[in-house]
This record gives sequence, structure tokens and C-alpha cells, in this order.
Amino acid sequence: MSAATLLSVSGVQKNFGATRALRGVDLTLGRGEVLALIGENGAGKSTLMKVLSGAHRADAGEMTLESEPYRPAGPLHARSLGVCMIYQELALAPHLSAMENILLGIEPTIGPFMNWRETRAIARRALDEVGLTALDPATPVAELSIAERQLVEIARAVAVGCKVLVLDEPTSSLTRKDVQALFALVRRLKSKGVAIVYISHALEEVEALCDRFTVMRDGETVGHGRVGEVPVHRIIAMMVGRDVADLYPRSAHTPGEPVLELRALAGAKLPKSAGLSLRRGEVLGIAGLIGSGRTETLRALFGLDPVAAGELRIHGRPAPSAGPAVRWAQGLGLVSEDRKTEGLAQNLSVAENLTLSRLDGLGPWRFVRPSRQNAAAAPWIQAFPIKCQGGEQPVEALSGGNQQKVAIARLLHHDCDVLLLDEPTRGIDVGSKAQIYTWIDRLALGDPAAGKAPKAVLVVSSYLPELLGICDRIAVMTRGVLGEARPVAEWTEHSLMLAATGQDQRA
Amino acid sequence: MSSSVSPKKSSRVLTLLGRLAALAAVYAFFAILTPGAKGFTSDANTQLMLQDIAVVAMAAIGMTIVIIAGGIDLSAGSAIALSMITTAHVLNLGPDGSRLVLQHPVLLPLLAIVAAVGVSVAIGFINGALVTWLRIVPFIITLGTMQMARGLAKLVANEQNIYPPAEVQDFWIARLLDPAKTVFTWPFLPAAVWLVIGAAVLTALFLRYTRLGRHIFALGSNEKTAVLCGVPVARTKVLVYMIGGLFSGLAGVLFFARLGAIGQPTEAIGYELFVIAAAVIGGASLLGGRGTILGTMIGALIITILRNGGVKMGWPQYTQEIVMGAVIIVAVAIDNLRQRGRS
Repeated sequence: MSAATLLSVSGVQKNFGATRALRGVDLTLGRGEVLALIGENGAGKSTLMKVLSGAHRADAGEMTLESEPYRPAGPLHARSLGVCMIYQELALAPHLSAMENILLGIEPTIGPFMNWRETRAIARRALDEVGLTALDPATPVAELSIAERQLVEIARAVAVGCKVLVLDEPTSSLTRKDVQALFALVRRLKSKGVAIVYISHALEEVEALCDRFTVMRDGETVGHGRVGEVPVHRIIAMMVGRDVADLYPRSAHTPGEPVLELRALAGAKLPKSAGLSLRRGEVLGIAGLIGSGRTETLRALFGLDPVAAGELRIHGRPAPSAGPAVRWAQGLGLVSEDRKTEGLAQNLSVAENLTLSRLDGLGPWRFVRPSRQNAAAAPWIQAFPIKCQGGEQPVEALSGGNQQKVAIARLLHHDCDVLLLDEPTRGIDVGSKAQIYTWIDRLALGDPAAGKAPKAVLVVSSYLPELLGICDRIAVMTRGVLGEARPVAEWTEHSLMLAATGQDQRA
Repeated sequence: MSSSVSPKKSSRVLTLLGRLAALAAVYAFFAILTPGAKGFTSDANTQLMLQDIAVVAMAAIGMTIVIIAGGIDLSAGSAIALSMITTAHVLNLGPDGSRLVLQHPVLLPLLAIVAAVGVSVAIGFINGALVTWLRIVPFIITLGTMQMARGLAKLVANEQNIYPPAEVQDFWIARLLDPAKTVFTWPFLPAAVWLVIGAAVLTALFLRYTRLGRHIFALGSNEKTAVLCGVPVARTKVLVYMIGGLFSGLAGVLFFARLGAIGQPTEAIGYELFVIAAAVIGGASLLGGRGTILGTMIGALIITILRNGGVKMGWPQYTQEIVMGAVIIVAVAIDNLRQRGRS
């Protein structure tokens, strides 16, 4: 243990009943160091975070903070010792002001009363430190953007003088610009000696920001290294426990007739004008910044949001405005970007979720037989494969990746011709990503031998390597206007970014 | 799946056994503490309880559906009162001395039931329509219609009890809850209890085996997912509240019979709370997406036994209320702990 070591964890174990969530975790963290903690979902990163924050007590193992034994009794205790967590789902009270949130639980008081002057002063300093210099500390959190809320939460950590800051997938809902601002802040904190644990799926971010990495798999730490010294494919192999030969399988697709055509489609606010022609047997990607109107385009054409203007043709026939039920019947299917609050009914079973859009054929007339529902789901559970105890298991018990596979399998059960996938791999593990990419490729290819016609796939994604990896053509959405779709070979990450930010000279 | 019994199925059986054990415990408690010919288990008292169970259970079937769909119906008690008043009102039509019902002893009671249920279904329709189109939470909407239906009942009854002709007490409608001679001779149970059992079985099958039933669960579990999957959400919601109204209406008719063929506009105040408690003790989640008819039936039995047993014990009203409240909280707390333990 070097003198600079701030936090060390060795041999930490945690069991929940028969489930061994952590089998043995070792890591060290030095002052002013950024450590990437990577691993698939279910690898035990969240459990480790909860042990670090004191929300869970470790069953075995040692932790030290500044060479003293570190045994937090709870999150507030951990915070007072200088160990702070920024969870993916931000833990702010939306009705309270930024300053009240920053000092929640440690409010300065005069006797029984709030010391508002002190509250404001401490909050002001903390907000300045995280770069929110223009924000009035009295602003209700509900009025802040996601990025600002995250900074408020970091300010909460800064306000107690945190020594160790754990960030759980902090960029998952940020725009490119906000990500840069966050990175700058992390570097600033680092230069002040704060040790940072950076949990992420995005290896690009790890390369850009972190000094060292620790890989977790199945509740154990399986590898350490210095960023830059270990090639990315080795890191991925550590994460999934096998070599991922090629994350993006791509066969030669042969596009057929157009199945979905938009002309100057406009929604209530967004999109302003979206035009495209999606052909059978093709994977078309839509890139763009968050808030540029990509999701809104999908929602409008799927009938979830009203269409203000423009023309929509499905299978070559004009398709007037209609609700989702009609769109499903026309052969369209949508996977929502938000599987938790929209995509899946969490406390219903896998089979129930998978078959919800098409219950016919599962019993006579308008009856549904649960056994047939399970039988209908079984082949998809097996083929994908979806890791679960069976079709009857509630979806909420599944990992994020497997939940996402259920959401996509719904479209396969429905036998949709046109698959609209909104951020199909957001926040899921690499193994599940690879399976979903394989399925997208397979669907676009079709299987003439089995009499399966190729499908058309429209993918919205903020993850550019993914779009470049799986799409045949990509169009970029900029401030509500969808640009022309061009073959993937004509794009690079750089040119996609330029187009997304409206600096593309060609567009 | 490798094992023959799925984990979900076995835990469902366990949950059911737990509820039955609670029911048996509550029953045994009062049976042991109030023995004898006038005690809790006497024929007379059993018959009395069966009458109360029929009313609560009938209304609770509808409430369970509303709760599974993620809603709540606070207007149930008032709807029961209004349909009771409607029943009495129809049976009281015609000039003094020669009421229509005396000439049509079968037809007019039927008409009364249709009118009573119709009025209650209409309230359900208004509930569903307002919840859907105004996008106001059902708690508020049904809090409003609860007051309105109560006012309407008082208006129809002219703020007095309605007494149909005394002969009506011998007509079939008033004898729906007529006790069988003993529980061990045909038809064993009052006609209304058979009605409730039939309705419960049909509703349970409806929820589990029809598309609308599955849609109701989906709607309650996650409305956005239901929208995304093309479930006709607005229509389903309105239907759900109408079904809730249907059962409140039937419960109102039974309440009319229970009171001895009288319409009392100030009866069944706060009754919705017993009905909601029955569903919740039976495992329905107020967050939606969870609940069973069988569980609710057990909940209705527990609620009725507690109310009746408390009286038999000679407990004062306040003790009964304290015990009832505690049982509701304990029942739901145990349920929650089990849920948490599983995930």
C-alpha cells in the first residue's frame, strides 16, 4: 500500500440469502486518481457502491480510508467521512431548491431554525466549484436540466468536502456538450486531490478520463491495469469473460421496396421536418444530439404524439394519423428509449410483457390462455437468449440487458415488418449489446430458407460507434430537421458530430 | 424451465395459505372467546355475517378491478346508497295504496334492479370519463363523485327514508339475503351469497383469461407501456370504472334487502373504506397491476368477521375501530415484507 493510497478495499464479500453478490472485491484508490470501475450489468458494481456508501454492510473483507478502518454505518455516516455517491438515478428532491438539496440532512441551523444565510453561502461556494456560477441557489431543482441536476448533486458532495467521489454512469443521459463539461469538472476535482471512482460502460470515456481501471465480473474483480497500456479488446474480454470477436456483425443486406416513407413530417414542437425512406432489408440509423427531435420523430410516426404536418406512407400506402394500435396493425413496432417507465410493465411477467401488443391467437375469440402466453414467449426467451427463470418471472427481476431483450422480443413476437428502436442498447452490458446487434443484422437479412422476409430497422442512437457499426445508412437530425440519409461508408464519428451540431458544410 | 413447479406458482400458493391462515385465526379468535348458543358461531350469527359478507364482497369485486387497473373508487359507498335508494324508489312508484309493485311483483323488482345498477354504472362511466379526459387522478375525481352521488341519493329520497309497501318484504328482491334454515340444508346459503360466489368466479376468470382482463393488469402496472403496446387505454379505463359501478350497484340492491326493504339515503357512509380494505388485505396493490379476486374474497371475510366479532365481544365502537385499523396495517405490512423478501 503506497503512501498515496486513500481508499483500499480487499476481499470484500456480500451475500443476499443464497445469492453471492460480491465474491471478493479488491481495489485501491489514490489521492487525485480517477479509477474506472467497469463490468457488465449484474457484475456487482452497484452492490459494491452500496457497500462503500454504507447502505449495505459487507459480510467479509476489509476497507480502509486514509489507513484507518472504514466501516460506514450508513450513507450519512459515509458522507461525513468524505465518501460520496452520485447515483445514476439522481437522488434530488425536485420541489426543493438547489441549496436545500445540497445541504439536505446537514442543514446549518440556529437553534431549531434553518440558518438560511449560511445555507445560501455554502451552496453558493459549492455551486461555483462545480461550474454552476450563474445558478441562483434558491432555484427549485425541478426547473433544472438533467445536466444541471447532476452538477447540483456533485455540489452536494463538494459541500461536505468529499475525499472519494463515486460516479455511477454519469453520462448516460447527458448531451455531448454536457459530457465535456462533466469531464472538465472531474479533472478539476482530481487536481484538488479528490479520488474518483468512475463507473461506466463506455470504454471511450474511460480512455478519455481515467488513470487506471478495475474490471468486475460475477461479483469479483477480475483485472486491473493502467488505461492506455491495455488494449480495449482485452478489457472487453475481461468484462464478458470471453473474446468478443466482432461486436458488430454485418452481413451484406439487399434493400428491397420502401416500407416506411416520411415527407416533411412535423410534430407539435419537434420534429420540424423529418423526411426519409426506409427500405425492407435495411438498417437505417438516426444520429443527433439529445433533444434534436429523434425520439419525437419516432413517437409522432408511431402515433404516440400528434402529427402537425407532413406525409407518412407505410408499405407504399398513405397512412393517415392514427394511434399505436393502428401502427402495430400496419406492421410497425417501437422499442421505447425508456424501458423502465415506458417500455416494460415492470411487475408483470416476461411472457405478459412480450405478448402484450398481440394477444390474439393465444385463445379462442377474445380469450387469452396464460399457458399459451408462456408458450408463445418461450421460443424468444430461448432464441435471444433472455436470461430468466421462465416466462412467468416478473420483468423487474431481470438485468437491464435482459429487460431490453424482452422489449425487443415483443416486436419479434408481433412479427413487425418495421422495427423502430430508440436507444436499443442504452445502459446495458456488452454481452447483451452483442446479442442485440446480431439480431438486428439477422432481421435485416431475413431467412429466405425459412420463408422469413427481411425486416426494416430504424435505429436512433447517441452512441456513434454503434450506428457506424450496424447501420447501412445514417441520417443526422439537427434541431428538429432530419438530414439526408447517406451510406455508412461516407460517415465518420467526426463528420456525424459536425452534422449533429449543425456545422456540416455538405448538409 | 427445469423444475416442474415454477417459483412464482409455489409462492402464490404460499401467499394464499397465509391469507387463509389469517382468516382461520381471526375466526378461531372470536369463536373461542364468545362461545355458546348466542355466541359468534351460532346459526343466527353466521346468518347475520353471511348477509354482511355478501354486500361487502359484491362491492369489493368491482373495487379490486379498479385497483388492479391502477385506480381507486371512493364513490363506491355513495353509489351503493344511491342504487339502494333507486331500488326503493322504483318499488315505491305508483299512487298511495296501489303501488305498481303490488300488481307486478316480479317485473317491477327486476326493473328496480336494472335501474339501480344502471344508475351506478352511469356513475362509473362519469368516473372513468372524467379520469380519462380531464387527466385528474382518480382519488380526486371519485372524491367529487362520492359527494355528488350522496347528494343525489338524498335528493331522490327527499332526505327521508323510503319505505316501499310492507308486502315487498315478502317479495323475492327483499329475500335475496334470506337466511337458509341452517347452513347444512339446501340451498345452504342465501341466494345473494351464491350470486357473489358466481360473480367472483366469473370475474376471476375474466381477469385471467380475457384480453380485456390482461389489458387491465397492463394498464395498472404501467400505463405508458399499455399505450405503447396499442392497448385502447381510454376505453379500458372507462370500462373498468363502469364495471366498478356495476358491482357497487348490485351491492346497493343487496344493501336494500339487508336493511329489510328500506331505502336509507344516509346509509353506507364510509363503506368504500371497508371495500378498499377488503381488496388491500387480499393483496391488491394501490399502485396497480396486482390483486386477485380470491384474495379480495378472503379480505372481505376477514373484514366482516372483525366487525361482527367485535360486536359479539361487546367491544365498544372505538375498540372495534382501533382493532380494524391495526389489522389493515398489519396485513399490508406482512404482504409488503413478503414481496420485498422475494425480490
